[in-house]
Amino acid sequence: MVKALNEALRDSLRDDARTLVLGEDIGKLGGVFRVTDGLQEAFGTDRVFDTPLAEAAIAGVSLGLALAGWHPVAEMQFDGFSYPALDQVISHIAKYRYRSRGRQSAPLVIRIPFAGGVGAAEHHSESPEAYYAHTAGLKVVVPSTPLDAYDLLRASIADPDPVIFFEPKSRYWSKEHGDLGANGDPLPIGKARVARRGTDCTIITYGAMVARSLAAAEEASEDGTEIEVLDLRSLVPLDLDAIAASVRSTGRAVVVHEAPMTAGFGAEIVARIMEDAFEYLEAPVLRVTGYDTPYPPATIEAHYLPNTERILAAVARVTSF
Amino acid sequence: MDARRAGMGEDLGRAVSDPDLESLGLKEEGLRDLFRMMALTRRADLEATALQRQGELAVYPPLAGQEAAQVGSAYALEESDWIFPSYRELGAAVVRGVDLVEYLHFYRATWHGGTYDATAHRFGYVSVPVGSQILHAVGYAMGAKLDGASLCTLTYFGDGATSEGDFHEGCNFAAVFHAPVIFFCQNNQWAISVPVSAQTVAPIWRKADAYGFPGVQVDGNDVLAVYQATREAAARARDEGIPTLIEAVTYRMGPHSTADDASRYRPASELETWKARDPIDRYRERLVRAGVADDGFFAEVEQEAGAFAARLRAGVIASEPRPVEEMFAWVFAELPEHLRRQRQEVLGD
Repeated sequence: MVKALNEALRDSLRDDARTLVLGEDIGKLGGVFRVTDGLQEAFGTDRVFDTPLAEAAIAGVSLGLALAGWHPVAEMQFDGFSYPALDQVISHIAKYRYRSRGRQSAPLVIRIPFAGGVGAAEHHSESPEAYYAHTAGLKVVVPSTPLDAYDLLRASIADPDPVIFFEPKSRYWSKEHGDLGANGDPLPIGKARVARRGTDCTIITYGAMVARSLAAAEEASEDGTEIEVLDLRSLVPLDLDAIAASVRSTGRAVVVHEAPMTAGFGAEIVARIMEDAFEYLEAPVLRVTGYDTPYPPATIEAHYLPNTERILAAVARVTSF
Repeated sequence: MDARRAGMGEDLGRAVSDPDLESLGLKEEGLRDLFRMMALTRRADLEATALQRQGELAVYPPLAGQEAAQVGSAYALEESDWIFPSYRELGAAVVRGVDLVEYLHFYRATWHGGTYDATAHRFGYVSVPVGSQILHAVGYAMGAKLDGASLCTLTYFGDGATSEGDFHEGCNFAAVFHAPVIFFCQNNQWAISVPVSAQTVAPIWRKADAYGFPGVQVDGNDVLAVYQATREAAARARDEGIPTLIEAVTYRMGPHSTADDASRYRPASELETWKARDPIDRYRERLVRAGVADDGFFAEVEQEAGAFAARLRAGVIASEPRPVEEMFAWVFAELPEHLRRQRQEVLGD
């Protein structure tokens, strides 16, 4: 996935001379995850540049660059370091189109490597997507596969609205066969993907939990339960039709994410199912999520993250209801 | 008034005061224009305060006392330069030709940011989170520089904002990227109820040292000194990519906003002291002394200001709330499904 993201940035820099890439250590180093590897060498220090270590400024300055007609793609080094930028994101970036009565927008992307499962230190494994999804005016995109990562990042850079782009760290080194950009037209933001067809229960998820849910589905299949896995791809806009269609067909749903349960994005998904598919439900909808604790030390994170066992237990509860 | 009398200690650093008229590069017409705009600003500001008291504005932050700081600095810029204001810069808006009715939509609670076209006036939308607009000025300046444009940006903020991280991050970015920015601090002595002595210990203009660019303290009630300091800073910014921090020492003669009661924290004697330094009275004397303006001119300006305020009043009172569908209009470029449903609930379409 790292390579796919790198290619997406490279192709956007090449195709749109107004695209800029900025952030901490994204130049010579190529980013701590190497997502920007070689870009500064290829496009120069005017278009790919390291910034001082100040996240609020990275966001606020990106807005200023956007007002001057540039398309900045800013990197927050880690999920847990994105919080100093929240004021700029919430008070200005998200609201710029609205405040200017549509005269101007803030066409910028903030990339955030997010979530856990990589054995990292404190502040390096957080899932802050709900903060952003709760803020009107932001699109929130979360790819789960390399091919999607390429398409969705290109679409995010081309998007006329600000996009918060969450990259699931534990999937950075995942591989997938296929040609980047083979879809031709940019993938529209807001279309979910059925990652696996099934008839007995729908798992609705995103990011790194897509792969984990697919693994759970394979296991369930051996026991005769066919799980449909819906990869949301974006939380805002949310593909309400795809959620409703899948749940109507299976009659059962489990929502899986790494972020804590309380006021997590899963609550939003469950509420949408109530609104759009209640009469099709055979069982209450369940959530399998991180716990309402601070993200734990990495040596016990396996007990925090949803795993196959927890996912299948929830599926068993809804299918046997 | 010289800066020392304003209680700023002995060290005036690079401050300038009462510059020679010849050194300014302003023709007599320009000198009179500065007065005219300060007078229009004063009248518009008083009118806006009155409109709030009469229930026509939801709230308003008066700027009386800061006219020289705002008009002098905004007037020193070229039209192509951008201004990123905070929320008390009606005087700079006057210089930029922003329709004040459109500006006051913010305070009539009819539209966030105001309804003027920021790009047309190169005057950003009203920005309330303290200090947050500083970063936009820096980013815009960086972007303009990448384009090879010869322009600078100027951002207004107050003494309180110098405690915000955005101020320090903005200064540092501007220095590192050689961004053509003027950081214009109106030190009006009070951040709501907290005096500048309780806000920060180091003199504000000297904070520039920490970032490696010039800091200038200027008598903010001397419109010509402000004009000159800003012109010099703008030239440094455009020609050399050197940012400048200007501390304009001035005074907020009114409350923080119409919702504030300054008598709870501020001695009346202090206001009297500063009233004696009123920037408009002072500049009137200067113009008369220099033989640049006479009673006829001042009477003309008085009349113009009266008409200006009357138009402002009529325009504000005639401003209706925006249609409810605008609540949904510009959240995104295209209305996503979840918002379409909510819009339908409200509008039934």
